[in-house]
Amino acid sequence: MASASQLLQYVISGVTVGSTYGLTALGFTMIFNTTEIINFAQGEFVMLGGMLAVFAIRWGGVPLPAAVALSVLLATAIGVVIDRLTIRPVRGRSVIALIIITIGVSILLRGGAMLLFGKDTYSLQAFSGGAPILIGGAALLPQSLWVVGITLFTLLGMKFFFDRTISGKAMLACSCDRKAASLMGINVEAMVTLSFAFSALVGSLGGVILAPITLTSFDVGILLGLKGFAACILGGMGNPFGAVAGGVLIGVLESLGAGLLSSGYKDAVAFVILLALLFVRPTGLFGKRMTERV
Amino acid sequence: MTMRRGMILGIAAVVLLAAGLAQAAEPIKIGAIFSVTGPASFLGEPEKNTAKMLEEDINKSGGLLGRKVEIIVYDDQTDATEAVKAVDRLIKNDKVAAIIGPSTSGSTLAIVPKVEEAKIPLVSCAAARKIVEPVKKWVFKTPQSDLLAVRQIFRHAAKSGIKKIAIVTASDAFGAAGREELKDQAPKMGLTIVADEVFGPKDTDMTAQLTKIKGTDAQAIICWGTNPGPAVIARNRVQLGMKTPLYMSHGVASKKFIELAGVANAEGILLPAGRLIVEGQVDAKHPQKKLLASYIKEYEGKFKQPVSTFGGHAWDAVMLVAEAIKITKSAEPAAIRDGLEKVKKFYGTAGEFNFTPEEHNGLTDEAFVMVKIAKGEWEMLK
Repeated sequence: MASASQLLQYVISGVTVGSTYGLTALGFTMIFNTTEIINFAQGEFVMLGGMLAVFAIRWGGVPLPAAVALSVLLATAIGVVIDRLTIRPVRGRSVIALIIITIGVSILLRGGAMLLFGKDTYSLQAFSGGAPILIGGAALLPQSLWVVGITLFTLLGMKFFFDRTISGKAMLACSCDRKAASLMGINVEAMVTLSFAFSALVGSLGGVILAPITLTSFDVGILLGLKGFAACILGGMGNPFGAVAGGVLIGVLESLGAGLLSSGYKDAVAFVILLALLFVRPTGLFGKRMTERV
Repeated sequence: MTMRRGMILGIAAVVLLAAGLAQAAEPIKIGAIFSVTGPASFLGEPEKNTAKMLEEDINKSGGLLGRKVEIIVYDDQTDATEAVKAVDRLIKNDKVAAIIGPSTSGSTLAIVPKVEEAKIPLVSCAAARKIVEPVKKWVFKTPQSDLLAVRQIFRHAAKSGIKKIAIVTASDAFGAAGREELKDQAPKMGLTIVADEVFGPKDTDMTAQLTKIKGTDAQAIICWGTNPGPAVIARNRVQLGMKTPLYMSHGVASKKFIELAGVANAEGILLPAGRLIVEGQVDAKHPQKKLLASYIKEYEGKFKQPVSTFGGHAWDAVMLVAEAIKITKSAEPAAIRDGLEKVKKFYGTAGEFNFTPEEHNGLTDEAFVMVKIAKGEWEMLK
C-alpha cells in the first residue's frame, strides 16, 4: 500500500500536470465565451509560447525574462493575425465550419513550426532554480509553483475581466446573441479579435512556464490541446473556474491512476472517470444547465 | 559478295560491342527505403545522407565490378503503406539488385513478403529481432538487437551485485519490444523485476511511476524508450531525490539526450551503445577504429551535423551489400544473397558481422560497450 508521502507526491505531481491542462483550458474558454467556437489551435498557442522562447534565446541570445515577454507578444500577434486572416473573412458561417477552420490553422502552425524550428525536442531553463523543495517526503519543483501561481492569477484575471469590465461583458454578450450585441453598439468583430489575442496570450504564457518542466517540441500542442479540451468539458464549457478545476482533476486522477493502479492504464483511468461524470452531469461539473426557451 | 559479308560482320561486331559496352556501363542499382520524413525522420535522414555519401565514395574509387553503383532512395514517410508502395516501385520499375532499409521495424515487416516473392535480398536498418527470427532466406539486418543491449545491461547490473530491478518502458513499439526482452531475460540472469511501469511516449511527467518505484526495494531502474521520455525520467529521478542507479537503452545514445535531461540530471546514467559514439576512447588497435574515425570525419565534414548510430546502420547495410557483390563477383540478386551469407569478420559501425545461413544479423554481445555519462560526456567502461 502507498505511504502518506507517496500519496502526497502523486497529488503534487497531479496538480502540477493538471494546472498545465487547466491553463490550456482557460484559452479554450476565452474564445468559446465570445464566439462559441472551440479553437482547436489552442494547443498550438501553447507550443508557440515554449518554442518561441527557446529560439529567442538560441537565435537572439536574449536573457530569459526578455525571451518570455517576446514569445508571449509574438504569439499574441499571431493570434490576432489568425483571426483576421482565417476567421473574419468567413464570419457568419456556422460554428462548426469555423471549428474546422481552427483545426486547419492548428495543422498549419504545427507544420510551420516544424519547418522553422526542426523536429527536435528542446528544454528551457527553469525560472528560479531546479532544486526541488521537500514537503513531508514529497518533492515539489519551484517551477511547479510558477505554473500553479500563474494559472490561479490568470483565472482570477479572467474572472474579473468577464464579471467586472465592460469589454468582458461585451464579449459574453457576443456569444449570447451576436446580432443583439451588435445592435447594442458592441463592435462584435473587435471583440472576437480581442478574444483571439487573449487566448493566444494565455496559451503562450502557459507554454513558456511549462517548457522548463515538460520540454517542448513542435508537436506538444496536440496532447495538451486534447487534455485541455477534456478539462473544459469536465469543468463545464465556458466556465473559467470549471476549466481549471477540470484540468487539475484530470491531472490528479492520472497521477493517482498511475501510482495506485497501473501506469499502463494512466490515461484510461482518467478518461473512464471523465465519461462516467459526463453521464451523470452532461453539462460538466460546473456548467450551467442549458435551457431552451420556445 | 565477300565485301558485303565483311560489312555485315563489321556491323554485327559494332552492334555487339556497343551492347557489351552498354552492359558494362549499366550501373548496379541498389534500392533504399528510409523514413526521411515523419516521426522516425531522426532515423531516416542520417541514413539517407550516409547512403548517398557512400554511393559517391564507391563510384569515386572505381565502382563495383567495374560498374558504377546507383542508390535509389525513396522516403516512406514513416508509414508502412508507403514502404510497400516504394518496394513495388523499386522491384518493378527500377529493377534493383538489392534493397537496404527501411528505417523502422514496422515498415520492414510489411515489405518482407514482397522481397521474398520477388527474390530480392533485403538488408534492413531496423532493430526488431522478429525481422531475422525466424531466419528468412532473403532478409538481413544491421542494427544490434534489443536482446544484446538487455544482456549487456544485465551483465553490468549482476556484476554490481544488483538482484532486484524496476523497469519503466515507453508504450510505443520500441519500448514494448524492450519490455518483452527485459522480462524474458531477467530470470535467466538471476534478476527479479519488482516494478513494471509504463509511460506514454509523449508524457511530460513520470514522477508517479518513479514514486511507485521509490516505494519498492529495487536496486536499479532500467528505462526503455527514445527521446524525450527517458530525458523526463532522468530529470524526475533527480527531482525526487532518488539515488537508485539508472540504466537507459541504446535508444538514447545521442548527445541530444544529455542536452534534454540536463548535464546534472544525466550524471552517472549507464547505457549500452555501439562504439561509434565513443570513437575517441576506442583502442587504436581495435579493428573498428579506422572505419569509425573516417566515417565520422567524412559525415560531419559533409553534413555539418554530428553522426548518429542510425546513419551507421545504413553505412553497414550499403557496405555489406558491396562486400557480398565482391565475394560472389556478381550483382545478380540471388548471388548477392548468397554472398551476404558468406560475409565473415566484416567490421562495420555496429560491430563485427558474421553472417551464416542461420544467422542474418551476425552481431554478438561484443557489438555493445557499456557507457557512463560523466559531466555531460560519454565515458566508455572497460
